[in-house]
Amino acid sequence: MTATVYVPRDSSARSVGADEVAGEIARLAGERDLDLTVVRNGSRGMLWLEPLVEVASSRGRVGYGPVTPGDVDELLAAGLTEGADHRLSLGLVEEIPYLARQERLTFSRVGVTDPLSTEDYEEHGGLAGLRKALAMEPAAVVDEVLKSGLRGRGGAGFPAGVKWSTVLATPTPDVKFVCCNADEGDSGTFADRMLMEGDPFLLIEGMTIAGLAVGATEGFLYIRSEYPDAVATMRTAIEIAHIRGWLGPSVLESGRAFQLSVRVGAGSYVCGEEMAMLESLEGRRGVVRAKPPLPAHAGLFGRPTVVNNVLTLAAVPWILINGAAAYQALGTGRSRGTQVFQLAGNIARGGVVELPFGGSLAELVNDFGGGTRTGRPVRAVQVGGPLGSYLPASALDIEMNYEAFAAASAMIGHGGIVVFDDTVDMARQARFAMEFCAEESCGKCTPCRVGAVRGVEVIDKIIAGEEAAANLELLKDLCDLMVDGSLCAMGGLTPMPVRSVLSHFIDDFHLGEDGQVRPGGQTG
Amino acid sequence: MAKLEGETPVFSEDRVRALVEPHRHERGPLIEVLHAVQADFGYVDKRAVAVIADELNLSRAEVHGVVTYYRDFRSEPPASSVVRLCRAEACQSMGAEALVAQACEKLGVRVGERTPDGRVELDQAFCFGNCALAPSVTVDGRLYGRLDAGHLDALLEAL
Repeated sequence: MTATVYVPRDSSARSVGADEVAGEIARLAGERDLDLTVVRNGSRGMLWLEPLVEVASSRGRVGYGPVTPGDVDELLAAGLTEGADHRLSLGLVEEIPYLARQERLTFSRVGVTDPLSTEDYEEHGGLAGLRKALAMEPAAVVDEVLKSGLRGRGGAGFPAGVKWSTVLATPTPDVKFVCCNADEGDSGTFADRMLMEGDPFLLIEGMTIAGLAVGATEGFLYIRSEYPDAVATMRTAIEIAHIRGWLGPSVLESGRAFQLSVRVGAGSYVCGEEMAMLESLEGRRGVVRAKPPLPAHAGLFGRPTVVNNVLTLAAVPWILINGAAAYQALGTGRSRGTQVFQLAGNIARGGVVELPFGGSLAELVNDFGGGTRTGRPVRAVQVGGPLGSYLPASALDIEMNYEAFAAASAMIGHGGIVVFDDTVDMARQARFAMEFCAEESCGKCTPCRVGAVRGVEVIDKIIAGEEAAANLELLKDLCDLMVDGSLCAMGGLTPMPVRSVLSHFIDDFHLGEDGQVRPGGQTG
Repeated sequence: MAKLEGETPVFSEDRVRALVEPHRHERGPLIEVLHAVQADFGYVDKRAVAVIADELNLSRAEVHGVVTYYRDFRSEPPASSVVRLCRAEACQSMGAEALVAQACEKLGVRVGERTPDGRVELDQAFCFGNCALAPSVTVDGRLYGRLDAGHLDALLEAL
């Protein structure tokens, strides 16, 4: 019988040698005359175990990892193809606590299937959501998403169903659009990338359902250029979907049309902001537009447009299959369903953890993540990307939901969690927030364009002890101005990490030595 | 449009026009066209700006504005090798700044510069989405995670 061996094609797995491992397995299997096929699956999201090699056995899939090319000969000799025991054996992959404790709705197929196999996709429940949507009235589909409580996973958390119903109700002279924002530029986030590389048909299905629901016939998927593997996988999947009739003039022979194409960004962080992304999709500089008009009324090329994040759209098929009530049953407060958290930075077990809203940050960082990779104490955790707050180790009992984070002057954002150990200099991190804003500002709003540069200068002065008290006041004033005077989240949220450093880590500015401001002073 | 591996074609207006052609009827095609031109020539030549503007019925200012706005588009041919170190937060938490300093010293350049012989360019990036296996670098587009000083040295020496 032919043994099936899985070696991920995910770009994180490839960054630590998955291609070499896959090549070595194929080569040595040939030499040994072993009957095996290598499937390049997505990653299970236990990234510290990559390259994670799996083999299908009668007991289930057995995992080995992290595997180096040098281990392959020994693994094959030990009986890899039978799932034999070995020092690298992890046992049954689905029984590894990190995975077993998750509730994977959106990521259910990622790492399990061959991402570009339509057979695999359908065998594992793919297309069922789309078939259900095709049998429903568009308004009923929108209503289902509305009732599920699904909120935008890109960061802002706006109810997806509200956007959809606005687009459905807005007339158009010709077309409406669905735009998927896959410009996942926040450091510490990689779930969109892993989903596109690991289960591209799910995103296609979610976008198609969105199109059918609101009456849009064209979709654009805007992927950042830093994700070449995701671009290639999505382009191939879309081509296959058009050939199969899953996309095109008559989706699944329904007589209803939906076309989809990929557009590649060009290295601008601010294009992850929806209005800048629309400008970029139109072929222009990624400069933020003022709202109103909302994209739902006049978005891409002035037409009614749904703009959603990858994980928002990818959650939709599950909701249609299982019903709004089942999704609504998960989570807490006004944060319903699951969130795909990403554990990153200085963390022992980094990867993807999909859980209903409601657990604590400590559970993610310590129980799942295993603390820092360096083994030193956790000092700070930045949640929600470069525009999110730094939380001190003492605040990790915070509940994972939108409201709890807002109440703590922080944000969940896209679910990225970056851990720092006690060697971090938080004054430098505050400076970096301003430096990053100066680098990436689109330039439209003066408080962002100029303010970020001034922010770096002022922080440098405080660090150097030049009139620290006065400059600290100036920095706070500048933060207020940026929040109030910027059109989008770039300038509006850059103060968030800066203020969090002032609130929780003021000691790192080493104030007080000149007698101007006392350590831990009045900076709330 | 055939070209030999690793060979940069000589600039020609006709070649640019041919690159525009498959995108002409797309919606808002300028960025797609610029990607195509850069993939072919390795950069967006000043002379290409005028041709693209003409083909897409845009002003030269509009095309120039887009080329200069996005960090991906180059107006000069690239070095033979480009090293991009990630300096975003997740990589910072795992010592990215020390690796940047190491690369600067080893290559004798600052970030954004190329070596005196013009062969290697050192650049920075803000996130490759490999944040669980930080720090990360790309060398000529190939991504490496869990980078450490020894591995970075080996990668730079192999250039």
